[in-house]
Amino acid sequence: MSTGLKSEEYRETRRELDGWPINITSYRVGDKWYCSIDNVSPGARFARAEGSTREEADTTALVKAARYLKQTRRYPTTS
Amino acid sequence: MTTTIAVPDVLVSTDWVAEHHGDSNVRVVEVDVDTAAYDQGHVTNAVGWNWTTELCDTVVRDIVPKAKLEDLLGRAGITPETTIVLYGDNNNWFAAWAFWQLKIYGHRDVRIMNGGRKKWLAEGRELDTTAAKPAAATYKAKDPDMSLRSFLPEVQSTYKRSDTVLVDVRSPQEFTGEILSPPGLPETCQRGGHIPGAKSIPWAKACNDDGTFKSREDLLALYGAQGVTPDKNVIAYCRIGERSSHTWFVLKHLLGFSNVKNYDGSWTEWGNLVGAPVEK
Repeated sequence: MSTGLKSEEYRETRRELDGWPINITSYRVGDKWYCSIDNVSPGARFARAEGSTREEADTTALVKAARYLKQTRRYPTTS
Repeated sequence: MTTTIAVPDVLVSTDWVAEHHGDSNVRVVEVDVDTAAYDQGHVTNAVGWNWTTELCDTVVRDIVPKAKLEDLLGRAGITPETTIVLYGDNNNWFAAWAFWQLKIYGHRDVRIMNGGRKKWLAEGRELDTTAAKPAAATYKAKDPDMSLRSFLPEVQSTYKRSDTVLVDVRSPQEFTGEILSPPGLPETCQRGGHIPGAKSIPWAKACNDDGTFKSREDLLALYGAQGVTPDKNVIAYCRIGERSSHTWFVLKHLLGFSNVKNYDGSWTEWGNLVGAPVEK
């Protein structure tokens, strides 16, 4: 039996946020938009949001992503 | 020792899943990093497993206990004869984690949907937002096969040996100690760096942009270039053991290496251990 639902308008974009590369993935299922953000390397999804438009979902996820990334510290790599 | 023949049946395509998700002998299971993803929409008839509560011991740090796994599988309508098809987000990180544990407990036919949730969504395939409720079954697991798993004492006693190679599958920045956790995630260790002598081969190098696994030839070249060859005892590790289960799957089941273990204690164990040697 078909549910009639599918992912639509799937899109992935890459950009930098606070000096970190990120992938932004968003798509629509029915009338809801979903956005998830991963950190490219290693590729872990660490922020997500939903909204009634792509922009709303993306913006909300980006705000969360920026907050989480600010907590990531860089350390010296020499022993 | 030569490379044995890989086992092609462990990978299924999104087309195959679209055709077979309703088969009575097939149970599709979604396992995501983001445990809310299943509710947004999943493969019809797929059940969702939560890796944080259902695929581990929630009291002691350990893999899922046998009785708990039997209950989980039974509630999913799975018997020892069922073909289990796993998929998930992040290119199947936790699908591989589930695969590894199912093999530890001896389930015969486990497969991974090539490309995972990412490919299913990108292809605009049908989604269901209703949680599947299969008829319960009785499942009796085999005793755990710990030859697939490495513990700290083994890593400590073998990491310097020439017949053993450790594969650190984290990002280059985690490997060098520049960061203590993937960007955006909480720090979970006291020291950064890697186990001395480990080879840095990030898990993602095994995948194409669409989330599918690279060809056998490309994979052999990738690992072979770092000395990860079938004649070696290979131990993969990452931060908590899920990314390394992905690499374990590649080496053991796509390339057919005979001696591959997942060190699930990984960097959260080694990087917190007093006195453990660390390279940067």
